[in-house]
Amino acid sequence: MAVAETIAEPAAQAGSDLLRQRVRAAWIFLAPMLIVLALVAGWPLLRSIYFSFTNASLTNLEARQWIGFENYLSWITLKSGKTVYDGLLVDPLWWKSVWNTVRFTIVSVTLETIFGMMVALVLNADFRGRGIVRAAILVPWAIPTIVSAKMWAWMLNDQFGIINDILLNLGLISQKIAWTANPDTAMLAVLIVDIWKTTPFMALLILAGLQMIPGDIYEAAKIDGVNPVKVFWKVTLPLVRPALMVAIIFRMLDALRIFDLIYVLTANNAQTKTMSVFARENLFDFDKFAYGSAASTMLFLILTVITILYIIIGKVNFEGGR
Amino acid sequence: MKLRSALMAFGAAVVMTGTAHAANLSIVSGDTGNGLAVLREKLDIYEKTSGNKVTIVPMPSSTTDQFGQYKLWLAAGNSDIDVYQTDVIWAPQLAEQLVDLTEATKDVIGQHFPSIVQSQTVNGKLVAMPLFTDAPALYYRKDLLEKYGKTAPKTWAELAATAKEIQDKERAAGAKDLWGFVWQGNAYEGLTCNALEWVMSYGGGQIVEPDGEISINNPQAVAAIEEAKSWVNTISPPGVLAYQEEEARGVWQTGNAVFMRNWPYAYSLGEGADSAIKGKFDVAPLPAGTGDKARSAATLGGWNLAVSKYSKNQKEAIDLVKFLTSKEMQKKQAIEASNLPTIIDLYDDAEIAKAVPIIPRWKDVFLNAVPRPSAPTKVKYNEVSSNFWTAVHNSLAGSGTTADNLELLEAQLTKLKGNGW
Repeated sequence: MAVAETIAEPAAQAGSDLLRQRVRAAWIFLAPMLIVLALVAGWPLLRSIYFSFTNASLTNLEARQWIGFENYLSWITLKSGKTVYDGLLVDPLWWKSVWNTVRFTIVSVTLETIFGMMVALVLNADFRGRGIVRAAILVPWAIPTIVSAKMWAWMLNDQFGIINDILLNLGLISQKIAWTANPDTAMLAVLIVDIWKTTPFMALLILAGLQMIPGDIYEAAKIDGVNPVKVFWKVTLPLVRPALMVAIIFRMLDALRIFDLIYVLTANNAQTKTMSVFARENLFDFDKFAYGSAASTMLFLILTVITILYIIIGKVNFEGGR
Repeated sequence: MKLRSALMAFGAAVVMTGTAHAANLSIVSGDTGNGLAVLREKLDIYEKTSGNKVTIVPMPSSTTDQFGQYKLWLAAGNSDIDVYQTDVIWAPQLAEQLVDLTEATKDVIGQHFPSIVQSQTVNGKLVAMPLFTDAPALYYRKDLLEKYGKTAPKTWAELAATAKEIQDKERAAGAKDLWGFVWQGNAYEGLTCNALEWVMSYGGGQIVEPDGEISINNPQAVAAIEEAKSWVNTISPPGVLAYQEEEARGVWQTGNAVFMRNWPYAYSLGEGADSAIKGKFDVAPLPAGTGDKARSAATLGGWNLAVSKYSKNQKEAIDLVKFLTSKEMQKKQAIEASNLPTIIDLYDDAEIAKAVPIIPRWKDVFLNAVPRPSAPTKVKYNEVSSNFWTAVHNSLAGSGTTADNLELLEAQLTKLKGNGW
């Protein structure tokens, strides 16, 4: 008994020493990244949140005062007893831009997922020149957004644009459409460009998931004579689901904070104004730096809440596997 | 011996001041058309005479885009930019971060139009030096108007009728892409300029009056915007609601428009060798509306040069500003870019009159031009303008009625005004 104890004790100690050493090493290796993250992401975020509780103006940032939640919500009771509310939370323009963003996100991510899946399935198949096709399909994703947005702005131009020219020549439309000017088509134009640009990204992430599926499952299904549609729903989709869920969350976060594409295509159009465009406009164009900071903070909160809900509801597992 | 050492000392002093003064300057400009090319030519002359190097930092031509960027740079105390080309409406909003030029320009400021100098003076501080002024014109196709026996329209109704007739007949004759009238309908500062002209030409006030009163919600303003709305998709392409200056000029200069509302810069470009309408067009004052106080109204535009408070070479930068706004350089700019000078004497200059005949004719238009309400609304001007152009853009695009939109606009502006601008 005593002997056993004397043997076991140093062993346990050695194990915990090793563990402690490993934990320490892990922290040392992580430290540079954590410090950089804190500097480039944490600090600006905290500053924005802080500014949203002040009355800061960009002309003179130093003269700011703490005003609490007034940028978010404030109210005055008039002599007649009526209460008038003010602030971001009751600003119809803000809620309109939230709605624009959410609508854009739902439509664009859904379509990008469907198209991305189709492209990935094609690319997963064996055919000659697959490498070249895979590279080619990434081109839209590789072009900087500003450049592709400007390029599309000219293509969608109502008078000189090639899109109208093609549609006219094919007889699909009878007169030129003002894509980015018309309130009915402005969002459509933005969606077309966004889907064109980010479908390759979805395809790539889904493709990576597809290639993890072992080939013998398909062989087994083939031997059993299961039809291909059933194979897709019963084998491919469940197995690729973890990768798909992660791809969707990346795209969703990206779509919720969309700025550049909309800013170039339909600059100040109220029909397509998103949360980020709203925040920028208040931060820099108007003399309302604090109000813009409040909008940025709300954008951050909305993003966080949606992400958490998605992870819980979608049971996303970031560790891989199911 | 004494003479020799004196000479050597003098030589050394020349070399030293030479090196001390050779500064690298940056000027930021978002000029339209050939503006940047002309600026480069002027800077080349300056570099030869001064020994300083000047780099142009080009910007997008939308004044709204430029403002956001400049405001950000100035707020961050950016010392990379020495000289800013500023819009006439920015002076009150950027005044704190720009150098006072009063002292340095005492000798020349008297040559410029006092009203422009006034617009760039904030609390007794001259924040920017006038570079050129701007007042838009109605460009029209001489050849087409003659062909159908028309004259330049005096009212908007006349313009709409003429445009429609020519457009319909020319299209029937095969010019399928021809439109009657192009202007700037995108939701940006340019739409504020266009719409202010309509409202003012109907006697509907200038959005916010000089005394700070909000006047936009009135029947004449509604009538003016309704008139403009009736153009969209009849005499103006539906895409006009996304046009800025250059898109409108694109349609015009390829020969696909009968009328265009644009700034004087489009004149020399239209007369350029590669222009489809060279020698086929002329300009007239913008048409008037209807009603008691109807008149022809042009929005006062114009650009100025300002020196950043954060510039490390302020002295050289001020020199550069004085050089670029001098009589010779304004003359060069008038001839090559058809920009209206701010120096009064240049309107009587024979060479300018010969090269750009519209400039002497433009003196009266510009003297009667309407300023945007940037002076009474001070730092809130951008938001006032944004609310205004959004209301107008919504009305033109058919989201909500014009009367409702202007009523809402009045409420927004009242809230924005609070206890005072």
